[in-house]
Amino acid sequence: MRVIPFRSRQPRPAKPVALDDHARDNIRFIRETMERAGSFTAIPGWGGIAMGITAMGAAVIASRQGSPSDWLFTWACEAAVAVGIAVWTTYSKAREAGSTLFSGPGRRFVYSFVPPLFVGVLMTLLLARIGSIEEVAGVWLLLYGTAVVAGGAYSIRIVPLMGLCFMVLGTMALFCPLSWGNAFLACGFGGLHVIFGAVIARNYGG
Amino acid sequence: MAAKPGAFRSEREEKKRSAPAPHPAKASAANLDRLIHERTRLAIVSALAVNTSLAFNELKDLLRVSDGNLSVHARKLEDAGYITCTKSFSGRMPKTEYRLASSGRRALEKYLNHMEALIRATRES
Repeated sequence: MRVIPFRSRQPRPAKPVALDDHARDNIRFIRETMERAGSFTAIPGWGGIAMGITAMGAAVIASRQGSPSDWLFTWACEAAVAVGIAVWTTYSKAREAGSTLFSGPGRRFVYSFVPPLFVGVLMTLLLARIGSIEEVAGVWLLLYGTAVVAGGAYSIRIVPLMGLCFMVLGTMALFCPLSWGNAFLACGFGGLHVIFGAVIARNYGG
Repeated sequence: MAAKPGAFRSEREEKKRSAPAPHPAKASAANLDRLIHERTRLAIVSALAVNTSLAFNELKDLLRVSDGNLSVHARKLEDAGYITCTKSFSGRMPKTEYRLASSGRRALEKYLNHMEALIRATRES
């Protein structure tokens, strides 16, 4: 029990201010709940940076490969590494925030993110079969961009912007000389991931 | 309620009423929606406002409340017609799904307007 002096019990002049603050606090509470409930915020910034760095490494290694199939194999390995990083960092960021990948927003994110990637795999197989695997850079960038834009509709606003940048790069790659493909991949999967990853890590908690 | 203080207040109220926004203290006391003013219920309504439907467990994880707490508050909202609740089975597991009813959406809008009016009124005075 605490003894409160009688006079200080009714701080009358402060009352309207407190009421005002209370209203502000209520609105903030509603907004935060809506954001938490409506969008998937577990996009890992540090994961993006890590994926960007491995992609740059992969671009350097891939550029030294003699045959198109070795080049493709290098990038396929990088894709596997990137998926591993993405799943692990997203999972841990979601868990830290007390949500899961398969809560309402997380599930919607995954459902819109995965189909374009699946199409990307099919297109890669198709291009490999008809012997024009060099064309694949633009296709990868475009479809990854589509996945990020689609999934990002349920996430923080910067995510669809990153997807859009990927799509712009992909479009450029389609209409530029094929020999630039590897450089476009380095810019996209390397550069864009590092830049946006850093922004997300700084502004959106890791 | 004593008559004298009430009369005094209404006199002051008349003056304030000529102003465009209602005075915060009076407005809040009179027509604040107590039903969604409570934090857990406000959170339930807010979360449902941005989702077509949420399962009991999803809502529970999202709001970090206990089973009992959530079901009591959800029941109150359901009784008021603010949310609808459908129970079904997925396999053998019972599944409870909540949706925001249109009256609940209106109540949330009204509550938000109320809070905004309160802030405006305080700023003006």
